[in-house]
Amino acid sequence: MAMIFHDETYRDDFSFHNSPESIRRYPFPFHEDSYMYAINMENHLPGKPGSSYEHPIDVDEHYVSEMRDRAIVLNEDPKRCQALPHMMAAQWDTLELLMTNKARSYPDLFTLERNGDLWHWINQPLGIDDTFVFGDQSTLPYEPMEYITRQAQGDFCIVDQRNDTLWMDAGMVTCQADWSLDFDIGMNFMEWHAPVPMAHELGIFDRALKFLMNVQQGRPVRRLNWTMTVNPRLDTSPENYHKWGPDKTTVTAQNIGSKLHLRCELQSFWRLPRSNALLFPIRQYLISLNDIATIPKWACRMHRVLTTIPDSIAEYKGFSRNRQLALDFLAPFDDGRELTLGGEPE
Amino acid sequence: MAIKSRPVYAGFNVDITAQQHVLALEGQGADALLEKLAGGHPMLERAEILYVATGSDHDAALRALGAANYWLAPTAEALRDRLSEILAHATMCTRLYVAGTEGFIGSIVQLAADFGIANASIIKEFRGSQQRRVQCVHCKGFNDNVTISPFQCVHCDLHLFVRDHFSVRLNAFQGVCINAETPDIIPPSVEMYR
Repeated sequence: MAMIFHDETYRDDFSFHNSPESIRRYPFPFHEDSYMYAINMENHLPGKPGSSYEHPIDVDEHYVSEMRDRAIVLNEDPKRCQALPHMMAAQWDTLELLMTNKARSYPDLFTLERNGDLWHWINQPLGIDDTFVFGDQSTLPYEPMEYITRQAQGDFCIVDQRNDTLWMDAGMVTCQADWSLDFDIGMNFMEWHAPVPMAHELGIFDRALKFLMNVQQGRPVRRLNWTMTVNPRLDTSPENYHKWGPDKTTVTAQNIGSKLHLRCELQSFWRLPRSNALLFPIRQYLISLNDIATIPKWACRMHRVLTTIPDSIAEYKGFSRNRQLALDFLAPFDDGRELTLGGEPE
Repeated sequence: MAIKSRPVYAGFNVDITAQQHVLALEGQGADALLEKLAGGHPMLERAEILYVATGSDHDAALRALGAANYWLAPTAEALRDRLSEILAHATMCTRLYVAGTEGFIGSIVQLAADFGIANASIIKEFRGSQQRRVQCVHCKGFNDNVTISPFQCVHCDLHLFVRDHFSVRLNAFQGVCINAETPDIIPPSVEMYR
């Protein structure tokens, strides 16, 4: 079935919406009735047809509109896309990985023809048809990472590996959950995670770092992370916090179902062949509480998770203000029954 | 609790293998050197000391050390200009030392990077005020010598609190709008970083 791309917005009138199919393929992040920080890594293997995991790089009905929102953000703030000078090989690695995966998974949408270093890329949904020389940045309108991540959903970080740690040395970050690439670029793994509460003391970051430094080429891994966002806004950056922060005060018992969104991040980690860097796509999926309520298991589980979550995590994830309203909304869906493990709809 | 992104300043120790010692001292940072070299030290014959007083008074004591070269800079900016000149002509086996407030140390680290001197190779000691240099995450402007939180950004006028997150590249803590979710309520400022 051909994909139909929505014409929708993530700002101003917030016309973003999920189709029923899009709801059912949502990567619901709560596998059990409580939540605590965990590394929760698994191999990034193909999932069920139709699921968000079917293809290594997922493209969905929001693709065209998300790319339009990214262009708006970059126009206002070009520093959302930065790469330190030593990351050029990793930039080309990234371009190759995204182009080859998209062309393989979605041949009706993306085409890549390679004749030695002369590459021909067609992106049908965005109306792009470019021929360029792989490795020669003068043949592209942007540097390679910016070029391809203006055509790929989700944020992207490229982390370099040296001195027994990882370094945040390049990224395209326009739909982030309140962290700043411009501030964090050049930091190592422990430094850029400095503001996260509890997880350092739990040893989470020590273990995650060890795990990530051993990710092998051709064997990507993934994990889910989540937060809550008022309105389906992609650009919840610290840069614009003074603009979107006030949204949090607009939630009421009447409008919470359409206003409050669960924002799941499907994070994957890929070893890059030329640079030995790691590509770290952070793909976000938004879903309103109303849409969650169409899947009884999810609404019930989410009620239990939000009930038991520690205050410091609710604060860090930025929803402590609206937590009680969310609980009130979800409580009627929690009838006390036992739920199956896992994030599948039923 | 330590801020994971904040540098650890190990303190002054003379690198006896160095052929040339260049020392940038700000205010009470002078004490880091004076206390270490109370009884004199052979390194002084190969030492170039730059000092900016910023309210302290170590000029006479530093001068009395009898270093190969000593200069009292009128401002930190003038000190950095002179240091650039020295580093431009520095040879192998030159060791750089810096002591003073965090913002001053960071400014020297940034300057040294332009001359290919790795951050980790610089000997540092934190002395003096805890005041912070803060970048407004919204307008990207820098605010020097911040002692209170919240404070008003001198560039965009937003009221900022100081997040415990430090960027070595920017030499600054992160300032974030404190009243985004409560536009009418700005908490009173408290002296946090004396």
